[in-house]
Amino acid sequence: MTSIKTLLKQPGVLSIAILAALLLVVFPAAFDIFRLNLIGKYLTYAFVAIGLVLLWGWGGVLSLGQGVFFGLGGYAMAMFLKLEASDPETTKIQSTPGIPDFMDWNQLTALPIWWEPFHSLTFTFIGVLAIPMLLAFLISYAMFKRRVGGVYFAIITQAVALILTTLIIGLQGYTGGVNGMTDLKTMAGWDTRTDSAKVILYYACAGMLLLCVVLGTWIQRSKFGTLLLAMRDKEDRVRFSGYDVSMFKVAAFCLAAGVSGIGGAFFALQVGFMSPSFVGIVPSIELVILCAVGGRMSLVGAVYGALLVNAAKTLFSESFPDLWLFLMAALFIGVTMAFPLGLAGLFESHIKPWWKKRSDERRRIKQRLKELENGDDDHGGTANESGDTVSAIADPSDSPAGLVIRRSPV
Amino acid sequence: MSSNTDFVLAVEDLTVSFDGFKAIDNLNLYVDHNELRVIIGPNGAGKTTLLDMICGKTKATAGSIKFKNEEMTVLPEYTRVRKGIGRKFQTPSIYENLSVFQNLEVSFPKGRSVIGAVFFQCTDEVKARVQAVAEEIGLADTLSTEAGLLSHGQKQWLEIGMLLMQEPELLMLDEPIAGMSVRERELTAELLKRISSNRSVIVIEHDMEFVKKIAQKVTVMHQGKILAEGTMDDVQSNPQVIEVYLGH
Repeated sequence: MTSIKTLLKQPGVLSIAILAALLLVVFPAAFDIFRLNLIGKYLTYAFVAIGLVLLWGWGGVLSLGQGVFFGLGGYAMAMFLKLEASDPETTKIQSTPGIPDFMDWNQLTALPIWWEPFHSLTFTFIGVLAIPMLLAFLISYAMFKRRVGGVYFAIITQAVALILTTLIIGLQGYTGGVNGMTDLKTMAGWDTRTDSAKVILYYACAGMLLLCVVLGTWIQRSKFGTLLLAMRDKEDRVRFSGYDVSMFKVAAFCLAAGVSGIGGAFFALQVGFMSPSFVGIVPSIELVILCAVGGRMSLVGAVYGALLVNAAKTLFSESFPDLWLFLMAALFIGVTMAFPLGLAGLFESHIKPWWKKRSDERRRIKQRLKELENGDDDHGGTANESGDTVSAIADPSDSPAGLVIRRSPV
Repeated sequence: MSSNTDFVLAVEDLTVSFDGFKAIDNLNLYVDHNELRVIIGPNGAGKTTLLDMICGKTKATAGSIKFKNEEMTVLPEYTRVRKGIGRKFQTPSIYENLSVFQNLEVSFPKGRSVIGAVFFQCTDEVKARVQAVAEEIGLADTLSTEAGLLSHGQKQWLEIGMLLMQEPELLMLDEPIAGMSVRERELTAELLKRISSNRSVIVIEHDMEFVKKIAQKVTVMHQGKILAEGTMDDVQSNPQVIEVYLGH
């Protein structure tokens, strides 16, 4: 019991525990399968958002093309699912049975060679991670080694998003074009459209997301995380302290891309299709907004940002079909103007101090009562009690929002 | 092309031109082991550019820079640092959002690759080293302070401390006492004397009082070239130097 208590007192652990409880217990209990599936979809965007926290919030590298990596992960998964949905039996009315329907419509008569590996589930799982990371490596290595950064890098990522969208739409016979890949049914024989499958996929997605948050927290606490912050503020100082700055940026970019790819794969699984509308410039910018609203310095904050913004999007578009875009814009502008560090920043600067003050006050009153109850004959106990209180008060990190990490010095 | 030397640093025929303007023009400079060299010169003489070229921030157009007899001009910045060249910038360049401890810890020369940094452990060795350096620069009491909250002078010291963490054999300081109070200047002069006892140090400075206090050998630069070299007294009595610099 006490060990759990001390574990929870470690900075960051409590917030992850609360998030885990919310995702794994509260949501499944509170919502029906339709809503749960929707939340699962929002969570796939959260993967991208936590990647952006590491890349943009900590590393200071803004990418406006994260949709590319989300899309690549999603397409890799969708290709596997599509192949499985296109067995010769179900596609026997096509002129070439056994290939995906859109290929048949586009007069392809054989499966393109680069589709073949996606028959393998293992290859697909590796590809979901490796393909986005490989592209991220190529782009970022070329850019960062040449010291291209800041706005220029952001513009290049936008260009990549545009190129990939155009490519997917243009190569209709190979990619399904603007419609994307639809009618995804089973994964290794397991029907992903049933209610029970949706629940299982939700748990898998939420579990994987939590794992990524834990891993991300671990990276933030490592020297790599400290260096990311250092690079963001004084790149030259890091370089002239003997670090190859470009490789650290490449690593952060690849990491963010890999996480986004996982998100994309879960999207394809849960939503049942993948299309270029999740790859281009607009969705990429929306993904950055999720991160900004949630708080670009906080991994947990980014998850809440993704949930809140997407839930608002659904809610607004259901209730005010004409107004919802304006309401969304108001939300974005409002949050980013009033709280530059997003919801997580708001929590750190307002709610946390308020809560601390309140709990301190309550503790003081409790202690007073105890003193009065015990009278004067129990001094030892009282002193001990007050000692505990002092350490508990001093314990929570009172750092401002921008200063997130505190690996205990000395 | 260039000679073998016993010098820590041997700069020979170094030239850099920006659109035809030669900021450094055929310059030769030799720095000995455990030497504290001060470079002075009027604004635009090319002092900072020279340091930029030695540490790799600016690429040379021609010439050679040898550190411990190894050619540096072809190496990227971080490799030069790893070989033992440390550079302090003109304005204090520290990580304001990190604590003093973290500033020093990040500068510890281990875990410099991406993977190495992920698995880097702050061992007792690192802590002891941080403590030792913090005492050297007089910041041992402020280890947990956010570096942005330090005074200007303390920031300058912190950056020197970050360099000391790397144990460089050649330390280059660009105007280390800029913006310091009289007392801080005195402390800095003592610090420089201490740290130059077992390494070579190049200091750029404008403050003549300070230069007199620390300098063993002074190099005067003017228009990208070396105008004079010698003890402070030699240099101050050199008529050319008086004309371009001290006479102003």
